[in-house]
Amino acid sequence: MKSSMKSRLRLFLIENAVVILFIVLIAIAIPASRLPGSFLLQEILTRLGRSSFLVIALLLPIMAGMGLNFGMVLGAMAGQIGLIFVMDWGIVGIPGLLLAMLLSLPISILLGWLCGSIMNMAKGREMVTGFILGFFMNGVYMLFALYAMGSIIPVTNPELLLSRGYGIRNVVDLESVRQALERFIPLKVWGVNIPVLNYLFIAAVSAFIVWFRKTKLGQDMRAVGQDRAVAGATGIAVERTRIIAIIISTVLAGFGQIIFLQNLGTINTTNSHEQTGMFSIASLLIGGASVTKASIPNALVGVILFHLLFLVAPMAGKNLIGSGMLGEYFRQFVSYGVIALSLVLYEWKRAAQEDDARALLRGGAGSDDGKGGTL
Amino acid sequence: MILSLRGIGKQFYGNRVLSDVSFDVAPGQIVGLVGENGAGKTTLMKILFSMPEIHETGGYEGGIFWNGKEVRFKSPFDALDAGIGMVHQEFSLIPGFTAAENILLNREPLYKSALTDIFSPRISRLDRKTMTELAKAAIDKLGVALDPAMLVKEMPVGHKQFTEIARELCRANVKLIVLDEPTAVLTESEAEVLLSSLRLLAAEGIALIFISHRLREVVELCDRIVVLRDGKKIEEVPAKGCSAKTIASLMVGRSVETQRAESAGIHEGEKDDDKEEPVLSVERLWVDMPGETVRDVTFSVKKGEIFGIGGLAGQGKLGIPNGIMGLSPAGGVVKLHGKPLRMGSPNAALERGVAFVSEDRRGVGLLLDEGIDWNITFSAMQIRDKFLKPLLGGLFQWRSDREMCSVANEYISLLDIKCTGPRQRVGNLSGGNQQKVCLAKAFALQPDILFVSEPTRGIDIGAKAIVLETLKRYNSEYGTTIIMVSSELEELRSICQRIAVIYEGRIEGILPHTALLEEFGVLMAGAKDAPKTPNEERPAESDRRSEH
Repeated sequence: MKSSMKSRLRLFLIENAVVILFIVLIAIAIPASRLPGSFLLQEILTRLGRSSFLVIALLLPIMAGMGLNFGMVLGAMAGQIGLIFVMDWGIVGIPGLLLAMLLSLPISILLGWLCGSIMNMAKGREMVTGFILGFFMNGVYMLFALYAMGSIIPVTNPELLLSRGYGIRNVVDLESVRQALERFIPLKVWGVNIPVLNYLFIAAVSAFIVWFRKTKLGQDMRAVGQDRAVAGATGIAVERTRIIAIIISTVLAGFGQIIFLQNLGTINTTNSHEQTGMFSIASLLIGGASVTKASIPNALVGVILFHLLFLVAPMAGKNLIGSGMLGEYFRQFVSYGVIALSLVLYEWKRAAQEDDARALLRGGAGSDDGKGGTL
Repeated sequence: MILSLRGIGKQFYGNRVLSDVSFDVAPGQIVGLVGENGAGKTTLMKILFSMPEIHETGGYEGGIFWNGKEVRFKSPFDALDAGIGMVHQEFSLIPGFTAAENILLNREPLYKSALTDIFSPRISRLDRKTMTELAKAAIDKLGVALDPAMLVKEMPVGHKQFTEIARELCRANVKLIVLDEPTAVLTESEAEVLLSSLRLLAAEGIALIFISHRLREVVELCDRIVVLRDGKKIEEVPAKGCSAKTIASLMVGRSVETQRAESAGIHEGEKDDDKEEPVLSVERLWVDMPGETVRDVTFSVKKGEIFGIGGLAGQGKLGIPNGIMGLSPAGGVVKLHGKPLRMGSPNAALERGVAFVSEDRRGVGLLLDEGIDWNITFSAMQIRDKFLKPLLGGLFQWRSDREMCSVANEYISLLDIKCTGPRQRVGNLSGGNQQKVCLAKAFALQPDILFVSEPTRGIDIGAKAIVLETLKRYNSEYGTTIIMVSSELEELRSICQRIAVIYEGRIEGILPHTALLEEFGVLMAGAKDAPKTPNEERPAESDRRSEH
């Protein structure tokens, strides 16, 4: 009895190690930063509205057993291309954003299909495949943005182009759609702006995920995610299901990137998309998700914790060590670190489970008499 | 007759595995299908289900009649549609799903919606209520208490097996279910429940083909028993009045009575070293080797003995050497000359003078892209620092190619390895000659204890004789203790003094090589009625009981 309590506590700690670690870090950093609470609240609400959509876009591939979709960068590129066209055509406000989403849709579907097909050739190594695919498509995107735009594809607005006459400028100003979502339904509570429309978008995508899980396709995706062989033996089209998961994820990532960028107000043509994947994945993992299990609460909690730490870390660093630069280093360190940590934790957990299963080899007799040593 | 098999035969690349097998199954009838490994049971069922590997290797001979009409299924899905269900040996269940979700996997009832017409039925929602009801109905047919909402990963094995059977039952038109070793992973009490469920099904008119190594269960459950041996139907008997022993002797055959006389004389002086300390003692060994799980094995081997380990495939005999050598995760206590061996480290075992000739020749045993000389001397170089000459006063160690070559030549002539020379790539050698290289590699280590696993698998008769002869000679010349694991009982009986039979990861019994073939058959099938060799069996038996 006692040992089962202890093992359950151990399991709980392992399960939630990352979340606990971050809560502890933040609990130390918030007082040290001496930032006012109202400022933090405003920032968190804004950032929640800005980033959550992107993080939620990661959920379906995890359900389909394909791990963290590093290929979401492809969707982000599609979103940026959509936004650039809308800027060129001078469509402002919400209609501009909706049109950008519509434009990104076919590109995302195409890229998602490509990504899914390639991942089907590299089953079990989806994460590294998606990661490298992101680098590869970055080259294609650069070719498109820096050469094709303005030369092959007509761009009417010269302000978008580099002075040489073709290629998109390094920074695209999104003034005409900037924070269109946030300002659409102005709501101020105790001096804090609440981005209502963003939240409605996030609620909609969450509802979509919840509904999707209940469909036949969602059920198939869960089955494929847990055991491809068994799912295939009952006639489920395994590869097709996996491709659909990646396509949906890519499309949502495209929309998410548009929401993200309209809040910031500018596109860094060459590198806005690059960190999208890394920061979204880090957020999700900080929220307690793993390579095989992730939920909407994981996504939302993750966004809050991740951004809270970023907000307070520079000030805390300055107050404690005297250097504000620490913040940016810290951001990189945390993102990569948390991804590495949860991959290691995942393997560790799996090894622990295998050991537990081994204890059952002779009905638990092995572990009790102390003779059944492990490796 | 719901199913009639007529003259079914099959060969794989000229290697005949089945010939002229015919039998019938009537509705509500339970037919037992028994035979040793390689007798052709699995191939027969693969033909029935029209598995892709059957087509890919040139189809089969004879005809399958379903409901009186000859059928040629194109894929397993055709067979399922016709109403044949299959319950596999390994569970094919999704661990994170509930029983109901698994039972109705990919056949879930759906809510109709407008979206369905536009896109595809796959985006309709699952009708969970109906799912639970359908699952419950299927479970009720089995007459067991199983919660449809229970997750498979939290179930005891018995429940998993019931879930699998319920899944087959849940198909609308199922008329025949093939059960491949359904009780292999169950405890005896669970198996009892399963058998009574199966009787219930038969009473409802569903025909069953029951494949099992547990002969007592076969005799108890089935109406008729079909015995296969070496791809032929040996006998078809009504189960009534049959005993497990009769079936066991039919399975192993009994044509080898004469061989005993000649093999009896090989080993003298077996008894007089009783007091001697065992060179190897294994206590409560468990090994987690996929498909060859060892649960609880205790035995000891005396110096200079040739000890055999037999048993059917999948019962755990291969796990024993792999566990002791540290190639698979293992636990328990293994003592060499009374001192415990560190588990999980091949190096530790090798350094203590234990060598292993693996059953996985091409994977573990050999460096396929290297020459014979390299393969033979490689381990000895690593472990014993042989074939090395010091340079600059021992600062560097240099490989002595000449020495390696001469040793290789020595073994080539000793074992009659057919090759173009010591430099030939072993990947280009035939299976038998590769096996000889494996043996030479082990001999070059000059081991105290030599584990040999399936030394004659897949090699021709001439090579077989040389391999066995060499083992015997090596044992008598150098006094090396040899532990030989093999599926071939005859082989074990021809060179071993004592033979342990493994069944379900435990030692079912240890017999002298002089024991009757029938006795081995009974042990291999787990069908012994009363313990005959009390010292080895009692602890295992009581252990098993304490588990539940």
